[in-house]
Amino acid sequence: MNHPAILAASDAQIVNGALLVSALLFTCGLIGFLSRRNMIIMFLCTELMFQAAALAMIAFGKVHHDVSGQVFVIFILTVAAAEAALALGLVVLLYRRRETLDSEAWSELREAA
Amino acid sequence: MTSLAFIPTLANADIPAAVTSPEFAWAGLILLLPALSAVLCGVCAALGVKNKLPGAITAVSLLAAFATTLSLFMKMPHDAPRVVHLFDWVAFSWAGQSASWTSFLAPFSLYIDSLTLLWMLFVTGLGSLIAIYATEYMEADTGKGYARFFGSVSIFLFAMGSLVMGGNLILLYLGWEGVGLASYLLIGYYYTRPSAVAAAKKAFIMNRIGDLGLALGVFLIWSNYGTVEYDGLWKALSDSGDTVAGASEWSKAFIPYCLMLGAFGKSAQIPLFVWLPDAMEGPTPVSALIHAATMVTAGIYLIARTYPLFALESNALTVVAIIGCSTALLSATIGMAQYDIKRVMAYSTVSQLGYMFLGLGVGTTFGAVYHVFTHAFFKALLFLCCGAIMHGMAGQLDLRKMSGLRNVKGFGVISWTFLIGCLCLAGFPFTAGFFSKDSIIAQAFASGNPTFAILGWIALFTAFLTAYYTFRVWFRVCGGPTKYEAGDEVHGHDHDHDHGGDDHGHAHGSHEWHPHGPRLAINGVLLVICIGALLAAVPSYLGEMKHEPNWVQTMVEHSSAAGGVPAAHHDAGGGEHAHHALSFTGIEDVHTATSVVASAAGILGILVAVFFHLMNREAADKLRQALLSNGLTRWLPLLLENKWYVDEIYHAVFRFPAWVLGHVFHFIDKQLIDGFVVNGGARIPLELGRVFQPLYNGALQGYAFTMAGGIALIAAWVLWMWLQAS
Repeated sequence: MNHPAILAASDAQIVNGALLVSALLFTCGLIGFLSRRNMIIMFLCTELMFQAAALAMIAFGKVHHDVSGQVFVIFILTVAAAEAALALGLVVLLYRRRETLDSEAWSELREAA
Repeated sequence: MTSLAFIPTLANADIPAAVTSPEFAWAGLILLLPALSAVLCGVCAALGVKNKLPGAITAVSLLAAFATTLSLFMKMPHDAPRVVHLFDWVAFSWAGQSASWTSFLAPFSLYIDSLTLLWMLFVTGLGSLIAIYATEYMEADTGKGYARFFGSVSIFLFAMGSLVMGGNLILLYLGWEGVGLASYLLIGYYYTRPSAVAAAKKAFIMNRIGDLGLALGVFLIWSNYGTVEYDGLWKALSDSGDTVAGASEWSKAFIPYCLMLGAFGKSAQIPLFVWLPDAMEGPTPVSALIHAATMVTAGIYLIARTYPLFALESNALTVVAIIGCSTALLSATIGMAQYDIKRVMAYSTVSQLGYMFLGLGVGTTFGAVYHVFTHAFFKALLFLCCGAIMHGMAGQLDLRKMSGLRNVKGFGVISWTFLIGCLCLAGFPFTAGFFSKDSIIAQAFASGNPTFAILGWIALFTAFLTAYYTFRVWFRVCGGPTKYEAGDEVHGHDHDHDHGGDDHGHAHGSHEWHPHGPRLAINGVLLVICIGALLAAVPSYLGEMKHEPNWVQTMVEHSSAAGGVPAAHHDAGGGEHAHHALSFTGIEDVHTATSVVASAAGILGILVAVFFHLMNREAADKLRQALLSNGLTRWLPLLLENKWYVDEIYHAVFRFPAWVLGHVFHFIDKQLIDGFVVNGGARIPLELGRVFQPLYNGALQGYAFTMAGGIALIAAWVLWMWLQAS
């Protein structure tokens, strides 16, 4: 990372590591979301991508010496908790309709061929 | 007398300037009362009133309107027309270069002169009598259509009032359309019957054609004289020579023809007469009030009111006379061959309206207006008799299926009042119809115009036909041995209710059916109108006795129709009439000679009817068979029974091409506009969508992959740009 030297060397290492982990988390989440069809797994994958973004935010907050990044993450976690409750509730409802967690069961929004 | 000398040279000084009289503002009640009654009938309909209340409201308010008219007649001095300004209605003004073309004013004002009063007296008088008659006649529809019926009658009376009393042509037009609307509503009163709906549409459309003429006439009057108010119009006419911008000789000459078209539409003259016989689909009181006595005379009123405009254009009056006379003859011949008694009466109305136009055309507005006046009574009487017969005989109108009703219990009043109505219509000596008809025919001969003399002969022949077909009905229906069949309404509305009379234990099988005579309301009204029809002759008696113009003539002379009362009309000892068309009778005075010849024609017609329809009914059928079996004469009964095929001709010439054109346009609309332009345009996005449609396969992962790919592409692009920049 060729970043302006506004950070101490140790701090730069932490930021680099955090961003790397964030990228890894996002990639895992994306691959998981694209390859799996179980709706609970897909939901977990979106959570992974979400937390990757949160982690990146903390890292950039460190870069800019700004706590707003961390404040946002607190909010993100709160929203994610609420959203998780909602999404799992939705999954339960969808499961009751079709007796399956396969997302393929829900493909009615396509144009009739 | 030389030809055309009769054409009254319009002395504009004859029409005195109107006097603004706010003290007569209460004359507005004549318009307000029917309007109020219409609103109350609407309220009754909304509340679902199930009794005769709407009929009572209408009858009372119309009687009050009649009383108002009567007191107006008593109190108003006849020296000059009165203008009563009620409120401002249409008032536009603008800045213009010309001094007189800066405003368009049509206040809601009344123009009251003797012509107005004469008309309103019989309109409100007959209107209230017929409303009373209808309270009994329409009782079968109590609740369902009762309020609708009386509401429409009230609307009619309001509109007729505004037509006759309005102080300008815009108010006249409002009333003109209003009576057309009421007529449409009432012809289509039995709206579940397809023939009634068709008749209502026919009447409405035919009237629209005429109304176009009236509207154009009003436009031309405004653009030529700068005003639509009668008073201003007479003033502008007398200020001839003062030309105004926009006026032109040809458009001035065009005005009477436009107004004439309107009058012919409303008053059912050739070529727009075919709606009136069909209008008999409406309830009979409506036929009596609107389609015989009052509304159809609006055309005569229009021409009489704007007579100064017609007098400027003598050819227009000749056209009016020719059209009127041909209509009179044509419809009289049709009336001879119809079996439906209401239809015979309808054709006789068309025929009598033709006489009135003949009167206007040959220059006797007095004769025309007097005939309107007498005709209103006796024709209303005849229709109400037909209605009472129909009411009592379960809808029977075929004169072949009824006979000798005079001896049927309960039909006495009908039969004898019917006879009096028939005598008036036939122009039997010394009845009202005799005086009014003769004053028209006499003027045709007295005019000295050879064309008018021919029209006079045709009118005399028509008088013979009139007497024949009128008494054909009476002798068939009321004369002869008693014999009748019920109409097709035995199970219909007539017996859904309890008549409360003891003279008929009505049952629902036709073998047990027997006719029921009318009760008090119908019989009473028949008697009152019958007396009215007889009294309508009184002005003539008084005039003859006192050797002065009769009452109706005085009324006409004090109005804008005065231009049509030639001075020669007054002097009874007409030395200059020595060589009139009827000189062969040896009678010098053309009026007396006409009376004698016309009476002879009428009595001859009655005698022919006596022979064919009372003494020897088989002879009539034999004659018809003989005519039909002979190839040379076949056309005669066929033509008459089929009403000269006028409906068929109109169908072939106008309706069928319009129908074809309609279908062509429908095809163009469906295929070209809808099919090619609209749907064709919509196909572009449709086809475009079809190209991209495979992207939307419904699989969640597919969408996610597309989205991720998109983001990746954007990211790659941003990165590339960044690399380029650095």
